[in-house]
Amino acid sequence: MDANLSRRAWNLLAKLALWLSAAATCALLLVVIGYIFLRGAPGLSWELLTTQESILRGTMGILPSILNTLYVVLVSLALVLPLGVGAAVYLTEYAKNRRLAWAVEFAAETLSGIPSILYALVGVILFCNALGLQKTLLAGSLTLVIMTLPTVIRTTQESLRTVPRSYREGALGLGAGKWRAIRTVVLPSSVDGIVTGCILTVGRVVGESAVLMYTAGLSTAMQDFSTIQGILRASGSTLTVALYVYAKERADFAIAFTIATLLLLLTGLIHLAAYLAGRLLRRR
Amino acid sequence: MAEQAILSARDLDFFYGAAQALRHITLDIPAGRVTALIGPSGCGKSTFLRTINRMNDLVPGTRMAGSLTFQGQEIYAPGLDVTALRRRVGMVFQKPNPFPMSIYDNVAYGPRTHGERRRARLDELVETSLRAAAIWEEVRDRLKKSALGLSGGQQQRLCIARALAVEPEVLLMDEATSALDPISTARIEDLIGSLKERYTIVMVTHNMQQALRVSDRTAFFLSGELVEFSPTERLFSMPRDQRTEDYITGRFG
Amino acid sequence: MKRRIKPAEFAMQTLFLVCGLTAIAFVLLITVYLILAGLPAIREIGLTDFLLGRTWASTHATDPRFGILPMILTSVYGAAGAIVLGVPVGFFTALFLAKAAPPRLAGLIRPAVNLLAGIPSVVYGLVGMCVLVPALRAWLDLPAGDTLLAAMIVLAVMILPSVISVSDAALAAVPREYEEASLALGATPVETYLRVTAPAARGGVAAAVALGVGRAIGEAMAILMVAGNVANMPSLLSSVRFLTTGIAIEMNYAAPGSLQRQALFSIGLVLFFFIMVINILLNLALKRGREG
Repeated sequence: MDANLSRRAWNLLAKLALWLSAAATCALLLVVIGYIFLRGAPGLSWELLTTQESILRGTMGILPSILNTLYVVLVSLALVLPLGVGAAVYLTEYAKNRRLAWAVEFAAETLSGIPSILYALVGVILFCNALGLQKTLLAGSLTLVIMTLPTVIRTTQESLRTVPRSYREGALGLGAGKWRAIRTVVLPSSVDGIVTGCILTVGRVVGESAVLMYTAGLSTAMQDFSTIQGILRASGSTLTVALYVYAKERADFAIAFTIATLLLLLTGLIHLAAYLAGRLLRRR
Repeated sequence: MAEQAILSARDLDFFYGAAQALRHITLDIPAGRVTALIGPSGCGKSTFLRTINRMNDLVPGTRMAGSLTFQGQEIYAPGLDVTALRRRVGMVFQKPNPFPMSIYDNVAYGPRTHGERRRARLDELVETSLRAAAIWEEVRDRLKKSALGLSGGQQQRLCIARALAVEPEVLLMDEATSALDPISTARIEDLIGSLKERYTIVMVTHNMQQALRVSDRTAFFLSGELVEFSPTERLFSMPRDQRTEDYITGRFG
Repeated sequence: MKRRIKPAEFAMQTLFLVCGLTAIAFVLLITVYLILAGLPAIREIGLTDFLLGRTWASTHATDPRFGILPMILTSVYGAAGAIVLGVPVGFFTALFLAKAAPPRLAGLIRPAVNLLAGIPSVVYGLVGMCVLVPALRAWLDLPAGDTLLAAMIVLAVMILPSVISVSDAALAAVPREYEEASLALGATPVETYLRVTAPAARGGVAAAVALGVGRAIGEAMAILMVAGNVANMPSLLSSVRFLTTGIAIEMNYAAPGSLQRQALFSIGLVLFFFIMVINILLNLALKRGREG
């Protein structure tokens, strides 16, 4: 009877632990999101999103950071996408040399485990100093290409692997060359994985801060994107870096929380996009 | 026929969602005997077996009607302690499924779950259960080794030992030899013969020779109905129902 | 018939090969650069003085010191604290999702966990800075709330999503037969999850822990905002500096070519070494998990 009682107590406690842990996880999410929205959402305004900080005009805007973020996202995506998809295609479609394929996979795995502060260091040495790019958005974007490469390789590879072998054989059997078969049959049927990889990459780039703080600059002033020179030399903070600068160096928490709200909205949007892309594209 | 029934079904119906898997089953399973349930796949024999220890509870959307009693106690009574029921009605599955733990921990799992903590008592239970399952000699020197290192036949006997360790009254065997080679099957059949002195055994089998070799009584199921339930020798030598005769002479199934 | 490869085919094959090789080149590049940039300062300071020195005073005018023992210990303690706080909650949440939760509820919680993983680290840092740090100062009556404890809590929250999703996958992969056997012996569902399912998934759970340690050791920005960043020998309620924040806090000030800047790269090398060891452990755990 005693054993029975302690068994019941144990069961009750264990069940409680399961439910409480899950509840704590959910509560955490709700509290973090709720708190940020509560403090940040009132600051969101059209003016904030479309102007820059100016003491002269008395405006407080984050347009420069929004544009910088967009710049970094577009440039790194434009570079990492062909590179990552290419590497994945090589791995799944061409690689006959087992050792080389293993080396590429090991490399991708290793890259994905390296913390971003180390990418920052490498970016500083390699792109800012050795290639003479200085602290620019371009140097930051290039560093992020290295950082996000594993994600793109992996998601592409996963979806390439799900393309049935019969598709490839069908195309090859009709006399198509390997590249033709890949271009006309394999890549189109794995487009869902590639799109998901893109979206995840955007998410990582938008959320990244350590790399950009040291390779892309801290300025919150408007950059000149109208000339090639200007584009190559533009240096400034993305949204995450601006958040850090406002919070930690200027103790301007109102604007920091507003940026955080914006980042949360973007994160939610990116997740929704990934989910929808996965569903819509897989249907076909 | 003065045998005492340990399990009694009266007009038992069982549904998976809208599909009826058992229709008006009425039978008495005698204590201390081996009862075989035979029939073509999908006939309800496994479903019936799994109603006895309520393993069907795990499938969402199931429903039963009628009555099923174990020693006069309604198995599906509201508020019945399912864990206590399953302790008294053990089960051996089709595929050997030892836990990924040591041989000792596998056998001790049940008693420990039911609150046995004394080391000496556990040692004793493990040994007697392994002996009863005719595997003690093979594993006595490697009780601390992983159970996954045993052969399929040994694993199944270990699972029988694991079921015996909680000292059940009934042992349900769900095609327990169908995944095994003929030699391992023969060993388990011998084992069933020696176990029936102490336990009531209900076994589902698709192998009619096996039913004939080891069981005292056989129930023939077809499309969710109980067609015939007789002493095994009579069922196989002079079946009363035409459908039973068709089945045992291999005309279908 | 002779097999001929068309020029276009050959060009594409080469192109794809180059892409693959680029990934390898990046790893080599990173490794080589981190080692090359990290070694000079270590050579100048001396390996033991660098690794075991208890004082970091890189900007001292006359007698600069470059001992990173405080940072190494802080990183180790910080990761350990994050694991102690985060893994139990994460593991139980995963068990709940994989086994105990009604499927609909699990279907709601899983995307929420993913969202938690997607929140940028500066956002965690901001909330930590504005909520956690003042709260710790008030509750524990401290002069300042920027402490190792605050960093541990923030790290625990940040590793939670990966611990949950890796454990969730490992638990879901446990064969149903194990659970059936346990239930048939009269164990309750909860007993079954904790005594059979969880031990059967221990490889995956070990991988989750290793992944969590990797994340915690590598995180910089969030803890830069809550840990106070003084290079003290670590204690729970004092301001501390991690390996990552040690690099981060001085990187924008150190003059190019100075020993201070070179020493920051040496810290990077130490961090790289830590991460590599953890990656190897992670791969071992994953492999063992896969084998059973």
